Amino acid sequence: MSEHEEHTTHSQAFYLAIGAGLLILTATTVGAAFVNLGPFNPVIALLIATIKATLVVLFFMHVKGASEKLTGAVVVSGFFFLAILLSLSLADYLTRSWR
Amino acid sequence: MHDSQATTVEHEAHNPALLHHFADAQQQKNAASLGMWLFLVTEIMFFGGMFCAYLIYRLAHFNAFAAGSQQLSIKLGALNTAVLIISSVTVVLAVKAAEAGKRKVLVGYLVVTVLLGMTFLVVKGFEYAEKFEKHHVPGPTFQFTDTFDDNGKQIPVSSNEAQLFFSLYFAMTGMHALHMIIGCGLFSVLAVLAWRGHYTPGYFTPIENAGLYWHLVDIIWIYLFPLLYLISRHS
Repeated sequence: MSEHEEHTTHSQAFYLAIGAGLLILTATTVGAAFVNLGPFNPVIALLIATIKATLVVLFFMHVKGASEKLTGAVVVSGFFFLAILLSLSLADYLTRSWR
Repeated sequence: MHDSQATTVEHEAHNPALLHHFADAQQQKNAASLGMWLFLVTEIMFFGGMFCAYLIYRLAHFNAFAAGSQQLSIKLGALNTAVLIISSVTVVLAVKAAEAGKRKVLVGYLVVTVLLGMTFLVVKGFEYAEKFEKHHVPGPTFQFTDTFDDNGKQIPVSSNEAQLFFSLYFAMTGMHALHMIIGCGLFSVLAVLAWRGHYTPGYFTPIENAGLYWHLVDIIWIYLFPLLYLISRHS
């Protein structure tokens, strides 16, 4: 185990590049909303939102390369339990009309 | 760990922020970061409940949700998304400045972050004001006469179903705005403390953890924007 102070931050240019990427993805999601993709409109919107959220979690919140390895497990478990909440609730509501 | 004894003594001598029950500053920092993340998980579940309610009602009353969504301003929503993304960049640059021990740069980024947060809230305020003027605020005065524009076909929607959309809109954006207000307060305090020189390259955990909070609030908005503003915009 290293006793050095670990530098988890990246260069300023790197952060600006990620920020620019997030702004471009925002413009993309607005543009995609005006194109008729049928049932894929919300899918594309959520996909882009998830890419943006992943960029923020990995690079702005420094989960990638975090010195505390448990952080990754906590983050994944957070979204895992959210997925359980959403999927089991929908498994109920989406099947209520079935006879 | 062979030279941990020596380093510990050195840290105690040089870092007054190191608490005695931690082996070294890195361990203390890791523990604080992990604790912050556990709090953020409770925040994810808290907002998750509202996202779940939104999802169920949107699937049940899609036309009303689309008609309600078409009443929101994409321009203001996208502007606020950009403001929040830029504020997230200033937050990471603040953390970087704290790590490098640049006090004035750190204070500068913290102040800019607060100003961007306030810009977001002012824009949100204008959006809310418009909702009050149009009687789109749920309650006894709620009125909704707009139709759902489905590829040129005007489909009337029930006012009660539209009220459901605006109830969720106000609950979710309102709770998000409350988090923004708390964040602005938090960063204002950090700016004052940073100005007084509380944070050193050896100890800037509060800046990092407040940053984690700010980024999470940003992520929640990243999902709120397409879900609330961009339903069925093509037509």
